Amino acid sequence: MAEVNLVINGEQVRAQEGMSILEAAREADIFIPTLCHHAEIDAYGACRLCVVELRQGDRSRVVASCLYPVAEGLVVETESEKIKNYRRTILNLLLQRWDNIPRALLDRYGAAPNPRYVENMTFCILCGLCVRYCRDVKGANVLGFIGRGTIRQVVVFPDQAMKYCPTCGNGEMECLHYCPTGVITSDYQGTGPANGQPLPHAYPVCIRDETNILEILERVGHLEY
Amino acid sequence: MLGTVDRIIDSYGARQEALVQILLDIQHELRWLPRPVLERVAARLELPLNLIYNVTTFYKHFSLVPQGRHSISVCVGTACHVRGASRLLGRVSEALGIKPDETTADEKFTLKTVSCLGCCALGPVMVLDGEYMSNPNSTDIAELIEKCE
Repeated sequence: MAEVNLVINGEQVRAQEGMSILEAAREADIFIPTLCHHAEIDAYGACRLCVVELRQGDRSRVVASCLYPVAEGLVVETESEKIKNYRRTILNLLLQRWDNIPRALLDRYGAAPNPRYVENMTFCILCGLCVRYCRDVKGANVLGFIGRGTIRQVVVFPDQAMKYCPTCGNGEMECLHYCPTGVITSDYQGTGPANGQPLPHAYPVCIRDETNILEILERVGHLEY
Repeated sequence: MLGTVDRIIDSYGARQEALVQILLDIQHELRWLPRPVLERVAARLELPLNLIYNVTTFYKHFSLVPQGRHSISVCVGTACHVRGASRLLGRVSEALGIKPDETTADEKFTLKTVSCLGCCALGPVMVLDGEYMSNPNSTDIAELIEKCE
């Protein structure tokens, strides 16, 4: 693997070709916040918190560092004014879905919960970590996304769940630990069918009460799916 | 039903990248995508079911609930709206006894709303199985519904 040299926040950083800017920064102990990133799982670029600025002379671009590969001579800024503004906006948007984002992160970028949005809280920020972990690491495909835009949500497929969940992580499903909101909400009272269509064979997941998915399946087991 | 599905899948050589086209063809024949069909598609294409649902719920064209044999669309675009689309929709809705996006119990009609059909001069417009009509009154609607098999 070839080595490349780049500059992050004025520091010379060496990285292996093929790494992302985020990986290179973390190896050099440079902080970049993320919510949808996990070292075991392929980068996805969902939360956008990892945006950084690439400087090219007088011009600059904002890119998602978790997906952008390192290259020789890159000049990266991870905490410029522009980036701080971006992250504040992103955090304010995320706060509309999830109001319990770590305080330190909010304070760092000056974001604050807005009482106007509490009613619409879904708690899921659609980072896809649980879905990707289940699919890519476990090969189980118990979880999935349905819908698009504002009605996009994570659902669990009961048939698959019955097959895989009982043995996953010795009965304590591993996906739960990947949810950055801390609560893969198993909320079946919930939001109901996507775009008004009944979807009797897939239940929305949204873990407000940390209920075990299997318990929920027992609860809804009488439903036909 | 699954025979039809298999035939369509075979016509695309069961290729994964033909998923959307396969689903479109199946829906064209069956009018909607029942769960056993999605399971068959998943098994034949060796794709996980969650991916099939991801795709079928992403595109508005796909329906996971039964659709009527006849489709009635009422335009609620801007021009039709100002010319009384809501009253027309109300009349159709009342005649069929269903709300928009619903299907009658006998699976005869599905009522949908659309946003602009490009013939605003005719507004408010209703389309029954591809046939356009301009602001039909309650009697017209009752007659049209009567004529459908």
